[in-house]
Amino acid sequence: MPSNSVHPPSDELLRVDNLKVHFPVSGGGLFSKTTLSVKAVDGVSFALNRGETLGLVGESGCGKSTTGLAILRMLPLTAGRIHFEGKDITAQDARRGEFRQRMQMVYQDPYGSLNPRMRVRDIIGEPLTVYNRAENRSDYEDRIAGLLKTVGLLPDMADRYPHEFSGGQRQRIGIARALALEPSLLICDEPVSALDVSIQAQVVNVLMDLQDRLGLSYLFVAHDLAVVRHISHRVAVMYLGRIVEIASRDDLYQRPLHPYTQALMSAVPVADPEIERNRPRMVVTGEVPSALKPPPGCRFHPRCPMVMDVCRTVDPVLNEMGDARSVACHLHAQPVHLIRNAVPEAVSA
Amino acid sequence: MTTPLLQVRGLTTRFRTERGTVKAVDNVSFDVAPGETLAIVGESGSGKSVTALSLLRLIPNPPGVIESGEILFEGKDLTKISDAEMRAIRGNRIAMIFQEPMSSLNPVLTVGMQIAEPINVHRGTPWSKAMEAAKALLEKVRIPDAAKRLDTFPHQYSGGMRQRAMIAMALACKPRLIIADEPTTALDVTVQAQILDLLKELTRETQASLILITHDLGVVARYADQVAVMYGGRIVEQAAARDLYKNPRHPYTRGLLSSVPRLDGDTSKRLVPIEGQPPDLSRLPAGCSFAPRCKQASSECLKQQPALRERAPNHLSACILDAIQ
Repeated sequence: MPSNSVHPPSDELLRVDNLKVHFPVSGGGLFSKTTLSVKAVDGVSFALNRGETLGLVGESGCGKSTTGLAILRMLPLTAGRIHFEGKDITAQDARRGEFRQRMQMVYQDPYGSLNPRMRVRDIIGEPLTVYNRAENRSDYEDRIAGLLKTVGLLPDMADRYPHEFSGGQRQRIGIARALALEPSLLICDEPVSALDVSIQAQVVNVLMDLQDRLGLSYLFVAHDLAVVRHISHRVAVMYLGRIVEIASRDDLYQRPLHPYTQALMSAVPVADPEIERNRPRMVVTGEVPSALKPPPGCRFHPRCPMVMDVCRTVDPVLNEMGDARSVACHLHAQPVHLIRNAVPEAVSA
Repeated sequence: MTTPLLQVRGLTTRFRTERGTVKAVDNVSFDVAPGETLAIVGESGSGKSVTALSLLRLIPNPPGVIESGEILFEGKDLTKISDAEMRAIRGNRIAMIFQEPMSSLNPVLTVGMQIAEPINVHRGTPWSKAMEAAKALLEKVRIPDAAKRLDTFPHQYSGGMRQRAMIAMALACKPRLIIADEPTTALDVTVQAQILDLLKELTRETQASLILITHDLGVVARYADQVAVMYGGRIVEQAAARDLYKNPRHPYTRGLLSSVPRLDGDTSKRLVPIEGQPPDLSRLPAGCSFAPRCKQASSECLKQQPALRERAPNHLSACILDAIQ
C-alpha cells in the first residue's frame, strides 16, 4: 500500500551507474598464480527517488546484498559511480564520509546485529554519540524515547538488554538505531526474513508507516517476492550480478517480461489452493551457475525455456521498453534501442 | 473412507529444560490416508518438527520423551515396539527428509553408498546390486550423469542436488510414508519448486503418503490434500486444504492468512499482523494458548483449554467461540 504511489515521487536521491564489485579468489591449483574473480555485482545501474522504495530481488548469490553493501561503501568498488543527494560519493571514505549519516542500514539478523552487552539506550544512542548529535544528557534521553516511540516501542524499554526482546521487537530496535541520525535512505537487507510469519507484517507496517511520516527512501533487498511486492514502488530483479528487469511494481508483477522474472513469479506458490491449481506454471531447470564462471551470452540462457541461438553468444543489454521499464533479454530487444545502448556493454562482454 | 495408513492418537512429547518441563507436542491426533499429503503448518516452536521426530522415535532422550499417545502404523503401535523393530521400519516403511541436506548427509561416504545402504540393510540386497539400484534412483530424481555422480561426495553436489539425493535415499526402500521436514526452506524459490514438484510426482507414482512440514502457506496450498495447523504444541485447526483456505475457522489460521502478503494480494490494503509473539512453551497460559494474541478472546478463553472438535463436516477447530456460533 505505498500510499505515495498516488503522488509519484520525482526527485532523485540515489543514482548508481555501472556498479561492479568483484572479489578476487585464487584459481587453479595450490601453487597456481592465476587469480579468478567472483563477479558478485557486474554492471548494475539504477536510480532511487525520494520517498520511494526500490525492491531488489533475486536468488542467493545474485548480488543483491552485495549491491546494498557497496552503496554503503562497506565493500570496495571495482568500478562504477554512486551519486547520493546530488553529490558523487564514489570517492568518499566509508568511515568518515558525510553521506554515511544520511544513509543507514537495517540488517537481516535481529540477533546478530544488536550487541548483547549493550542496553537498548546505548544501542540506539551510539550514532548520536559518535556524531555528537545530542546537546546534553536530557536531549539524548529525549531523542531515544522519541526513537523508541517512532518504531512502536515504549520509552521505558531503553534500560533493557536485547535478549529481553522478541525477534520482531529487536528488528524495531535496529530500525530505531538506523533512524537516529535522521537519514534519507535506509538500505534494508532482508529485514523480515528471519522473523516468524505472523511477525513479519508488524515490521513491514512499521517501515511503511515511517516512509509515509518521514519521507524516507528504501532500498529493500529481499528474496520474498510477495513481501517485496507489498512494500515497493519499483522492483529490480537480479540474476548473477546483473539487473535483468526493472519496472514499476504493478508492471513487473502483472506482466513480467524477462523469462527469469516469469519463472520466479511462477515458482512462488499463492496461498489459495483453487487459484494455485489454475495458475500457469513455468518451471526452469537447473540451478544458478557459479559467479566465478558465468555462462557466455545471456547469463540465464542455460536455464531459459525460451533460449534462442543468439542468447548463447550475445550478452543482452538492459533495454528501455518505455514506462520506465527495462529488460535485458533478446526476446525483447528492439533494434533501435540495441544500437543506442549496446556500445559500452557489448564491448565489455 | 479407506483405512488410514497412520493414526496418531493423543501424542504428547515432553522435554526437560532448565526452565521446567515443556510439552512441545500436546495431545496431538491425526490420520494420514494412503497416498495422501498432509501438511503440518506452524511457526517456530509450534511443535511441528517435534511431531515429525516423535513419529520416528527420533526424539533425543534425555531430555525428550514421548509421554503418552499411540502411533498406529501398519497395525503396530510405534510407541510400544522395541528399538530393533523400530529400526526395521525407519528408512524402510517410513522415510524422512530433513531440512538441511548438508548436515543430514554423511560427508565421508559417497552419495551412492548412502542411497544403497538402506537397500542393503533392510532388504539384504548385496552391495553391488544395491549400488545399481542407487544409480536407478539417482536417475529417477533426475540427477544428470547418475553413474558418475554415484561415486562423488555430498560436498561436490549443489544444494538442490543434495536434496534430490536425500529424496532418492528416502525412496530407496519404497516407503509407504515419507515425512519431509521443511525440505526446501534452505533452497532458492526456483529450486524449491523443482524439488517439491519432484517429491509430489514420486509420491503419487509410488502411492506413498507424505507428511509435509512447513511454515509456508503457499507451499501448503500448492501441494497438500489435508492440513493441520499447529500452535503452541497443539493442533488448532484441521481440514482439507481447499476447505481450510476457503473457510478458515480458527482465529489463528485467519490471522496467519491475512498477515502474510500474497503474490496476488491487494496491495492497497494494509497487512493485518497478529500482535504479540508466538508463545513460550514453558509458560503457556492456562486456557487457549492463542488467547493472549487473539482479538476475539474473552475471559472464558483464558480459563479453559478448547478441545479440537468437528465444527463442520471434516473440519476441526479448537476455539470455544466456534462452539457458540
